[in-house]
Amino acid sequence: MNPVDLIVGPFVDFEFMRRALVGTSILSLSACPVGVFLMLRRMSLSGDAMAHGILPGAAVGFLVSGLKLLPMTFGGLVAGLAVALFSGAVSRSTVQKEDASLAAFYLISLALGVMLVSLRGSSIDLMHILFGTVLALDNQALYLIGGIAVVTIVALAIMWRALVAECMDPIFLRSVSRAGPFVHFTFLVLVVLNLVGGFEALGTLLAVGLMMLPAAAARFWTHRLQPMCALAIAIGLVSNLIGLLVSYHLSVASGPSIILTAGAIYGLSLALAPRGLIVSHIATRHRAA
Amino acid sequence: MQPVLEFHDLTLGYDRHPAVHHLDGVVEAGSLTAVVGPNGSGKSTLMKGIVGMLRPLGGRIVRDGIRATDIAYLPQISEIDRSFPASVFDLVSLGLWSKRGMLGRFSHADRHAIGHALEAVGLAGFQARGIETLSGGQLQRALFARVLLQDARVILLDEPFNAIDTRTVHDLIGVIRRWHGESRTVLAVLHDLELVREHFPRTLLLSRRPVAWGETGETLGAENLMKARQMNMLADHHAPWCEEAA
Repeated sequence: MNPVDLIVGPFVDFEFMRRALVGTSILSLSACPVGVFLMLRRMSLSGDAMAHGILPGAAVGFLVSGLKLLPMTFGGLVAGLAVALFSGAVSRSTVQKEDASLAAFYLISLALGVMLVSLRGSSIDLMHILFGTVLALDNQALYLIGGIAVVTIVALAIMWRALVAECMDPIFLRSVSRAGPFVHFTFLVLVVLNLVGGFEALGTLLAVGLMMLPAAAARFWTHRLQPMCALAIAIGLVSNLIGLLVSYHLSVASGPSIILTAGAIYGLSLALAPRGLIVSHIATRHRAA
Repeated sequence: MQPVLEFHDLTLGYDRHPAVHHLDGVVEAGSLTAVVGPNGSGKSTLMKGIVGMLRPLGGRIVRDGIRATDIAYLPQISEIDRSFPASVFDLVSLGLWSKRGMLGRFSHADRHAIGHALEAVGLAGFQARGIETLSGGQLQRALFARVLLQDARVILLDEPFNAIDTRTVHDLIGVIRRWHGESRTVLAVLHDLELVREHFPRTLLLSRRPVAWGETGETLGAENLMKARQMNMLADHHAPWCEEAA
């Protein structure tokens, strides 16, 4: 078998492979830049907590109507936003630091979600909800992912300058504009939307992986924002392609395979990139100025 | 002289503890005032109050004929995330916010203005540099360039010279004197009393309560400085409610 067949063959032969690739690719276009901002705002853990927070909401949707996309998505959206707002409020107005309150929220969410699903479903349903079914994306799921991507990209384009200001110098932004809190909240909505968009494909637990790992890997290669976002998207796209192929040829689970590919690229970047471990340790030469 | 800012029995603070307590007074148009006092004496809080970021716990601030966009505010350098992957251009161009807002494109003239502002603070050609590569002094110069672009009638500087080398301080004092020459009103939070005596005609000595406010030589007399230090020791987190008549 020649290499082209190995790479192109599965997507030519099987519609479910094409759908998986299209769905995760569109998702990467929006989730990866959102991940870059999430990382730069030092909110990676918040992303994790929101991803877990989606679970009980999706589980309520599941209890009401079974494994249907829209009720579970809606439930996840509401629950994810609730966790985002509530954890922000707790860290602002009590002695509890944000990391501790986030850990508390996501442990509670995970336990509650698993318990709710087990009230009605089997352990296979639970696996679907936790880790997704990227090989079973139907039209409805693709439209949802597409819609979320469009909304996200438009919102990021509109808010770009304000979001940069809010990350870099929030006090200054407050002195010239009232947009700060609005930008922050809209950004949280985008995070939850993209986690919910990734939920059908990668499950509540792995959706955040496609958001954070490419962003974290891209950080090692560049110190400019736009290239960082572009690179994160590229890493996301490559991870989807390689991950799906590996899962096809080796018959392993596809969602984890995608996230592990992104993880491998993160590991390589960590080791080899100009701002990574090896170069910063062996660099003995310095520039003249 | 015409006032631009009036403080009427102003109390500002956080969590109902006053950081600025019962301040009365007037900032005159075109004046150059240093705000000095021990750590925790309410200097930064006063700045935030003037910009409108803090609602007074009591009393009020009157802004005489100036709008919010007429005030430029330079926060403490520690408020800035210096690791954020932005360029000097990204940082300095925020000074055009009141003109361009969130969406407006930067015109050719805007880019020129940004270049000129960087030149004026000794950072000509730094537009494309990443902010994480700047030294503390260079970052403070960039922030002054941003204030230049804001082109505001009232300028508030919060500890602009903390951990900055003398050469940079000298250059930036030049920028402040230029603003003073253009009849802009400048308030600067400072710690270096020598610098204040040399360059700032007026001084507000604050220790939560105003200790003295007036001509610098008088305000910074030994007796006033001693008083400021003693008052600052008395801060108490379990103090009873303030009953002073408003």
